[in-house]
Amino acid sequence: MFQYLIKRLLYSIPIIIGITVITFAVMYFTPGKPTDAMTDFNTNITAESKERLYKLYGLDKPVYEQYWNWLKRVAVLDFGSSFKDGRSASEKIIERLPATILLNVLSIILMIIVAVPAGIYSAVRKYSLADRILTVIVFICFSAPVFWVALMLMIAFGLWLGWFPISGIVSFDFNELSFFGKTRDLANHLVLPVIVSTLGSFAVLSRYIRSGMLDVLKQDYIKTAYSKGLSERQVIFNHALKNALLPLITIIGLSIPGLIGGSFIIETVFSYPGMGRLGFDAIMARDYPVIMGIGVISAFLTLLGNIIADISYAAADPRIRYR
Amino acid sequence: MKNKIKKPTCRICTLLFVLCTFLFFSCSPEKNDNQNVSSGGSVPVYGDAYITANLSDSSYLNPILASDSASGAANGQLFNGLLKYDKDLQVACDLAESYDVSKDGLEITFKLRKDVKWHDGQPFTARDVKYTYEALTDPNTRTPYSSNFTIIKKFKIVDDYTVKVYYDAPFAPNLQSWMMPVLPEHIFRGQDINNASANRNPVGTGPYKFKSWQTDQKITLTSNGGYFKGRPYINRYIVQVVPDQAVQFLELRNESLDSVGLSPDQWNAYESFFEKYDKYRYPSHAFTYMGFNMSMEPFGDKNFRKAMQYAVNKKDIIDGVLLGTGKEAAGPYPPHVWAHNPNLKMSEYDPQKAAEILKELGFEDVNKDGLLEYKGKRFEFTITTNQGNKQRELTAQIVQEQLKKIGIKANIRIIEFSTFVNQYIAKREFEAIIMGWSLALDPDQYSLWHSKETGPRQYNMLGYSNPRVDEILIEARSTFDTDKRRKLYYEMQEIMAEDIPCIFLYYPETLLALHKRFKGVELAPIGVGHNFEEWWVPQALQRYAFSDK
Repeated sequence: MFQYLIKRLLYSIPIIIGITVITFAVMYFTPGKPTDAMTDFNTNITAESKERLYKLYGLDKPVYEQYWNWLKRVAVLDFGSSFKDGRSASEKIIERLPATILLNVLSIILMIIVAVPAGIYSAVRKYSLADRILTVIVFICFSAPVFWVALMLMIAFGLWLGWFPISGIVSFDFNELSFFGKTRDLANHLVLPVIVSTLGSFAVLSRYIRSGMLDVLKQDYIKTAYSKGLSERQVIFNHALKNALLPLITIIGLSIPGLIGGSFIIETVFSYPGMGRLGFDAIMARDYPVIMGIGVISAFLTLLGNIIADISYAAADPRIRYR
Repeated sequence: MKNKIKKPTCRICTLLFVLCTFLFFSCSPEKNDNQNVSSGGSVPVYGDAYITANLSDSSYLNPILASDSASGAANGQLFNGLLKYDKDLQVACDLAESYDVSKDGLEITFKLRKDVKWHDGQPFTARDVKYTYEALTDPNTRTPYSSNFTIIKKFKIVDDYTVKVYYDAPFAPNLQSWMMPVLPEHIFRGQDINNASANRNPVGTGPYKFKSWQTDQKITLTSNGGYFKGRPYINRYIVQVVPDQAVQFLELRNESLDSVGLSPDQWNAYESFFEKYDKYRYPSHAFTYMGFNMSMEPFGDKNFRKAMQYAVNKKDIIDGVLLGTGKEAAGPYPPHVWAHNPNLKMSEYDPQKAAEILKELGFEDVNKDGLLEYKGKRFEFTITTNQGNKQRELTAQIVQEQLKKIGIKANIRIIEFSTFVNQYIAKREFEAIIMGWSLALDPDQYSLWHSKETGPRQYNMLGYSNPRVDEILIEARSTFDTDKRRKLYYEMQEIMAEDIPCIFLYYPETLLALHKRFKGVELAPIGVGHNFEEWWVPQALQRYAFSDK
């Protein structure tokens, strides 16, 4: 097991380097330059001034030299500074982490709380009316465009009912509130974004659980359990559920990079200062240092998530052992 | 002044109110939602906050590094230039007390105001102007505005409050270049301006002082008691980041934002949406056009472009895309700019004439499929525009439909902005484009139309070339006399109306909703924010109170 772990970690190193090479190459070959977005089509800014900016950012050097310079800096954990505002890329990324992780952890928890019971229920009462209704709801959740749902919820709960604020992460007067007031204010702001970001993944997970559960319920040991005279409750919760939840490990493992990934659409609609917007804006502005920084961190977390998922799988399922 | 007698009472009221706020809402700001109380008095009072929204966060609160409009909003309140445009778009003094252009146009002398203090209390002097000039011309400064200042031959401090600038050649837009905000020398001295901490914690001379900046959330400014034109009435100036225009509109309905830029469909929304808001519209300094790559066949032919112009109905575009909020364009200057030639004839919509011209040029429907052939082949071309600008996309669709009526097949290609600029515009790989220019207020358009400005990353990408226009552009920019310049630009517009370097489609308008509680708002040719320091909110209508000051 330990050997396996070491092997996995060592394998990850060339993968991460490969990812950075590919990210860098994709970025380099993407048409467009960081200086475009800065200067748009504005007659106040002349073509010569643009050319000068271009040189200042070192963008006139050959690509391998740019990559090598970048790699040298990353080796000492320096991701360079953003072309947009001159701040260090790692500072910009770290600044976004708390808000992003908060939103994503909450929505993963909500997703599990809602999706697991829903999936189990659908499986146990297969083809019942409730199952069918759930199926319809799940597909609506899955296919409704997120930004549209978000806007509708904003209109209903923000404008008409006035229960929750429409956008932002904290109120205008946040700094003046007491601790309790701050918590409440933050919670109020989080309700709608958390619900909206849960919808899609809720649909997927509850389907997984349902089919996992259906598979398990067909197994011989479930029949055995029934024939032992156990109640349905005991069969489902003690015997079936444990096995049906195995895929959950993979899904949660894979969602670790998503924890910091953020969603551009949700963050934009709710004016939420998360990683998704940072990444998207960086791509649109060709802000290379920030794009690369996010790329490396996401790659790292994806690999980490995979390893964690593999290990927990082995721990949870004795049939699987790694050598 | 007619309410002079009322004044003392009002002051007492203010005092009482401030006291009350202090006693009861000591952990303010607190929202006072007493909208129904009638607005009392017409004597300006201090207080309240103004909250506006931006689609993205600012980059630098340093006006010589920032080029995004988001930073512009805050920087405009934090800093001043030596000169500015007044509400009627005329050059006026700001930090300068007076300015003088020598007869030959080679020297400009600025006398500076002596009563200006930086936000940290230091006096503003000629050294600050010199520092700003040096920063702008320093090759290591990441500024997009260097070229206006690298042409300066010599910069001289005459005394603490007088500076003199020498140029090699007379250049009229130079006056405009001195509207560049001045930076404090004592803050930046000895620092790398690109990474100075003051870029996120600025010290300026403007009506508002910097208070806080929460990245991607909001920037808060607070009124500057020592402002040289007097303390502004509104206590806070807050720029919030709301990256979605639909959400901005919802926040408007919720009264959480005081001013929001509107899209044409929002502008035309039900009146009930704007119960608490006044709507303002005024011309933007911009035009939108459809241009052809004149180095290609048959777009280089003036008559072909003329036919296209006849075939395009600008009125349809304004009605369909802008929902009436814009004006048909006849040339490169919007009507509110002094260089605009009012005698310019609007091009007419006449598909019949368009068809006739095309026929003369050899376009013919040989195979009777309703589409024209040219030189034995089906004639079609592609209109390219950038993604993310819905108005341009819709305009392209309307033009496509209109061209179909005269038998021309136009395809539309919509491409992400940066790609569009680099792959298509810079390499001149396009047939037709729909684009816009946001213009400087000085009418010099040398870079747009001069035949020497056609290099890969230069702005005359359509490849327009007319020797007389070249002459005019050079002569007009070296003339300081407005009347002479105007005459030249009038002539240029007439030539262009004949040459059709592009089809000038429309002049867009700025559409704005502003909360009704603000008094003293004045709409002028330059827009509505020009006298922001004089805006105020009657006591009873104030929504936000602050315990500090």
